[in-house]
Amino acid sequence: MPITPDEKKRLKNIAQELRLTMIDVMAWSGGAHIGGSLSIADILTILYFKYLNVKPDDPQWEDRDRFILSKGHSAAGFIPVLAKKGYFPEEELRSFNHFGSPFAMHPDSNKVIGCDVSTGSLGHGLSMAVGLGLGARYLGKTYKIVCLLGDGECCEGSVWEAAMALSHFRLKNVIPVVDRNRLMIDGFTEDIMALEPFADKWRAFGFEVLEVNGHDFDELAAAFDKAWAAGEDAGDSGGSGESGKAGEAGNAGDAVKTAKSGKTGGKPVMILANTVKGKGVDFMENNVVYHYASGDSALCEKAKASIMRES
Amino acid sequence: MSVITGTNWTAYDAATMTAREIYGRTLAEMGKTNDKIVGVTADLAKTTAIVHFANAYPDRFFNVGIAEQNLFGISAGLAKAGLIPFASTMAVFACLRAGEQIRTDIAYQNLPVKIIATHAGISFGHAGTTHHCTEDFAVMRSIANMTVICPADGIETSRAVRACVDIPGPVYIRIGRGFEPPCYKDENYDFEIGKAVTMRDGTDLTIICCGIAVLQSLEAAKTLAEQDGLSVRVINMHTIKPIDREAIIKAVTETRRILTVEEHNVVGGLGDAVASVIAESGKGCAFKKHGIYDEFSLIGYAEDLYAHYGLDANGIVDQVRGMMGLEFEEDENWDDE
Repeated sequence: MPITPDEKKRLKNIAQELRLTMIDVMAWSGGAHIGGSLSIADILTILYFKYLNVKPDDPQWEDRDRFILSKGHSAAGFIPVLAKKGYFPEEELRSFNHFGSPFAMHPDSNKVIGCDVSTGSLGHGLSMAVGLGLGARYLGKTYKIVCLLGDGECCEGSVWEAAMALSHFRLKNVIPVVDRNRLMIDGFTEDIMALEPFADKWRAFGFEVLEVNGHDFDELAAAFDKAWAAGEDAGDSGGSGESGKAGEAGNAGDAVKTAKSGKTGGKPVMILANTVKGKGVDFMENNVVYHYASGDSALCEKAKASIMRES
Repeated sequence: MSVITGTNWTAYDAATMTAREIYGRTLAEMGKTNDKIVGVTADLAKTTAIVHFANAYPDRFFNVGIAEQNLFGISAGLAKAGLIPFASTMAVFACLRAGEQIRTDIAYQNLPVKIIATHAGISFGHAGTTHHCTEDFAVMRSIANMTVICPADGIETSRAVRACVDIPGPVYIRIGRGFEPPCYKDENYDFEIGKAVTMRDGTDLTIICCGIAVLQSLEAAKTLAEQDGLSVRVINMHTIKPIDREAIIKAVTETRRILTVEEHNVVGGLGDAVASVIAESGKGCAFKKHGIYDEFSLIGYAEDLYAHYGLDANGIVDQVRGMMGLEFEEDENWDDE
């Protein structure tokens, strides 16, 4: 369902507040992956304030939708959204990175309330999402698992191992979203290690690719609506494989029975969100210097002023 | 029939089945009463024998293809969904190819993933070094939250596989490949993770060993009693981590000579774990680590390699005789320390 103008306004306000908090976190923490946090602010906003079915007062609720920040270095973007959602007081963000804090550069699910999965080493999130998806299907659970990856992260071979499995098992309860901000630490993705034709790569792995502007709430809503609808039949187990007959172990030639790919109809959906690294802060946009940065009060004020001008 | 588990692995069965075969059958039995157990492999269902579970419960068995990183990432996800995944592949691919997934996805999040790694040590000798694994104890015991177990035979494998479900965090169980003869005659003995089993008592020297070295050490102890009149204690240290400190210190004070034997590099394995306990205890004793001496193994069938590297009874007899000739300082005030 398309979002209403009121809803869009509400989401825009939240995203703007989130961006301001991210700048604060950059200052409080002594440094943050600010560029890649700002680029996902709108995606995080629409997920946590429109799509994800979660209960901040019951963070371990077993039927909650799961979110995995596979690009774990953007914790400075992700953890503030959890605070805003009400998992813990925003005031606690002031401890970010400091001794004994639950909040670090990369999120820890055993320390951060509301964080489902620990991440930080790139290329790990989507495999864990696939595991959650298979587990949910086996248990007859209908929750969704959204996994947000970085584009540079997709240099990791393990991402494609996971993509292959996700597609093979037809896990429509898992929704990969790629933050295509076109920059990695050392420069533009296409200069360092080309990803293009990027959408074709995902298509070749069996996905229906929804390419959107990752800062446009109408486009994001259309994509998530479609992804959510595709996942509605995910509770159905595909049953067991018929390709193999039960055989004694070690008898070469007997195929092994295994959980099968599930529903044959429909491909899993992934969302390729074209974004701008540093989005919302004019001097940070598309500027590789702000992949990771710290800021004194003058810089933070300048950044906040830019964010305020955006609306 | 075992009074403990209700299964009926006898020494005869165990001698005709590999440890991995017993693992697969045990897991399939466990699946009957525990529907939270799921199986995962990376195209080694038959090789690791998890196929028995797969064929019994295809709806909760997932073969991820030849992709070990994905294997352990998916296992972490399955555990996050509230399940108890048993993930099986060869030891070297688990601890090195996918070492980071095991450390970061599984151990860091303290998830109940049970890693049953086969073809460990030099048991797949003729496959060549790519398929050997004499590093896994070193890798796994340095990962926080990880329990590390090396059963002595198929019967103990069955006990360990059953017991590991009760550990709330991750467990690494390493087994070999072949048809090693059993040490135990049945499952009716006290098996507790973290508690060593004294297989034979003795007063002159203690062999602390694990895996295939347990039976060979017992054979060696028998020979040493008959030919040398030596009283050799044999301790099966099936749990490498957490290690049974009490059993080690008792052996130090009572026998004053310790030999460790393992199918692993002498760097970072059981020997080093035992050495740390001894060093921190402040007790002195004659001590020797025996295993693979920081080299990549030759190619050959396992039995030939065990003989070559002195991991068979003859090799262990030689090690003990060498140690009995060692001088060490007698301390009259032992009890006062």
